[in-house]
Amino acid sequence: MIRFEKRKDASKLFTVFAPFMSVLFALATAAVIMLFAGINPIAAYAGMLNESLGSFYGISETLVKSTPLILTGLGVSIAFRMKIWNIGAEGQLYMGAMGASYVALNSGLTGFVGLAAMFVMAAVFGGIWAGISGFLKAKANVNEIIVTLLMNYIAIAWVSYLVYGPWKDPNGFNFPLTPRFSPDLVLSTFFNTRLHTGFIIALALVAVMYIFMEKTVWGYEIKVIGNNPKAAKYAGISIDRKIIGVMFISGALAGIAGFGEAAGVQGRLQEGISHGYGYTAIIVAWLAGRSAIGVFIVSVIMAVILVGGDSLQILMQLPVAFVNLFQGLILFFILASDFLIQNKPVMKRSGK
Amino acid sequence: MIEILLFATIKAGTPLLFATLGAILMERSGVINLGVEGLMLVGALTGFAAAHTADSLFIGVIAAFFAAMAAGAIHGFICVYLRGNQIVSGLSLTMFGIGITSLFGRSFVGLTIAGFSKVEIPVLSKIPYIGQAIFNQDVLVYFSIILVAAMHIFLYRTKTGLYLRSVGENPGAADTSGINVGLYRMSAVLVGSGLAGIGGAYLSLAYTPFWVENMTAGRGWIAVALVIFAQWNSTRAMAGAYLFGGINAVQLRMQAMGTSLSPHLLMMLPYLFTIAVLVMATLRLEKGSTPEPEALGTAYDREDRK
Repeated sequence: MIRFEKRKDASKLFTVFAPFMSVLFALATAAVIMLFAGINPIAAYAGMLNESLGSFYGISETLVKSTPLILTGLGVSIAFRMKIWNIGAEGQLYMGAMGASYVALNSGLTGFVGLAAMFVMAAVFGGIWAGISGFLKAKANVNEIIVTLLMNYIAIAWVSYLVYGPWKDPNGFNFPLTPRFSPDLVLSTFFNTRLHTGFIIALALVAVMYIFMEKTVWGYEIKVIGNNPKAAKYAGISIDRKIIGVMFISGALAGIAGFGEAAGVQGRLQEGISHGYGYTAIIVAWLAGRSAIGVFIVSVIMAVILVGGDSLQILMQLPVAFVNLFQGLILFFILASDFLIQNKPVMKRSGK
Repeated sequence: MIEILLFATIKAGTPLLFATLGAILMERSGVINLGVEGLMLVGALTGFAAAHTADSLFIGVIAAFFAAMAAGAIHGFICVYLRGNQIVSGLSLTMFGIGITSLFGRSFVGLTIAGFSKVEIPVLSKIPYIGQAIFNQDVLVYFSIILVAAMHIFLYRTKTGLYLRSVGENPGAADTSGINVGLYRMSAVLVGSGLAGIGGAYLSLAYTPFWVENMTAGRGWIAVALVIFAQWNSTRAMAGAYLFGGINAVQLRMQAMGTSLSPHLLMMLPYLFTIAVLVMATLRLEKGSTPEPEALGTAYDREDRK
């Protein structure tokens, strides 16, 4: 009979390989489900890989999609450090995109100053949007998971209101989008692809957040609060202020992702500006194990799945929401593998 | 007018009521389930598909219950037996539900069925003002109201209910007194998930009745918030669900009357309102003793027993 016993130390081998194995197991399970739905999984996976990694343009698209994932993933992961759940990166991204668009459409600022103002406004709007849940959590202990999540729906509806209403492009044939930003307020792109400077900003922020978390007092205190809130309280760390601050930073990063989507990818604000990046960010943060570099690696892997999933929409007429299936399954397997990291199977003879 | 609004309120509140009751059952056992949104979608699609294929609404409801139960079993297994993180597992379940229903729902988009029809209860339906609104609804509405009472009796008047609550409050003590913690929690997750599935099926079999991708539109999340508003109590859950049904009814009414307000702004109402209600409910909880199950969200491991 097989029993499970607790390991004294977490298995190093499993810790490193578990995320990769989980992705593989999830793909295998999804393949079985696809067979039931009458889809050839091999053709689907071949199409996905070919689209996301099979060409120079495909790789550039993967990096384009990894950009908002890196930023929102960083944001969710810094909140995780404090055991705060920010499930609202999606809405914060929308609010950031709105803030950036507001500057682009109304301020009259141009060039670098304009872009810088858009960047700051995006961070501030995203930050405040998340900061509201942080404030409610800190001051009244209101469940931040539910509040951040519900605020996604509000932010998305708000942006819809703007692009269907007051901000709608008068020459846009009634499509839900704003006029295009002036060319000097659009981020420059590389090598004739859609890869924009937002990607470089995201990489820079990975470095910044790494230093912030590992080398500053703030970063250290956040970790202490996450690991042992009681000890943090005795050490005189103001937990309430940290919760609000961390939520603000978390939302600001998601807001910057919105800046990248509006100013880099679309050159305008429009309905559906995010393809669920804020939700995928939760997986990114969880798989990355709270490491900033891990966030980068996992974001690229998830971007492969997103780009591949998009291609299935065209190749096989599958719904966009289909990629959620992969994401859910990956997380299930990650959770199951956590069990194997903490416990080891032991063969026991029955009857001793 | 009031009668029409009250009727619409109950109809819009019923899917929330099923889902909230399911979530309460699970949380009472100590397992939080953020997958309610996904479970409702699984229920909505399976219910519609089964009802359409078998040409029987009853079979639709049963199928929704068992399909959501099966999906909930994943969450139960991970949380109860693998002691995985309940928050992440629940979120995964929601993603899984959105993904799998979008895949299998493709062939059911655009199809129609004859949804549940009204069943008038004699005498009671003749009560002025409220009679037609409350006692001329479909059978699932009546079932949900019976369920509220049944859940209350189960939790507070039966031994099994007492054991279930003790598992949610102090699993260590429950274990010591010979209660099978894992079994109780798993059973609660299975039945609770099934109820969330019926909540979803109400949407696709009675409320609309058709299937569209992501048709729950956040109702699962509102249900999770309503559990806190209801203070883990089934009777209060009814008040909460109908409160939201009311908001929904007013919102639809305003849209139908052709208000100049943007439909997108009206769409925000239920979510704004949920947050406001959640804040108020939490403030009230903080003051008195909190009725939140003590062990909510934590895995039980016998080796860690104190």
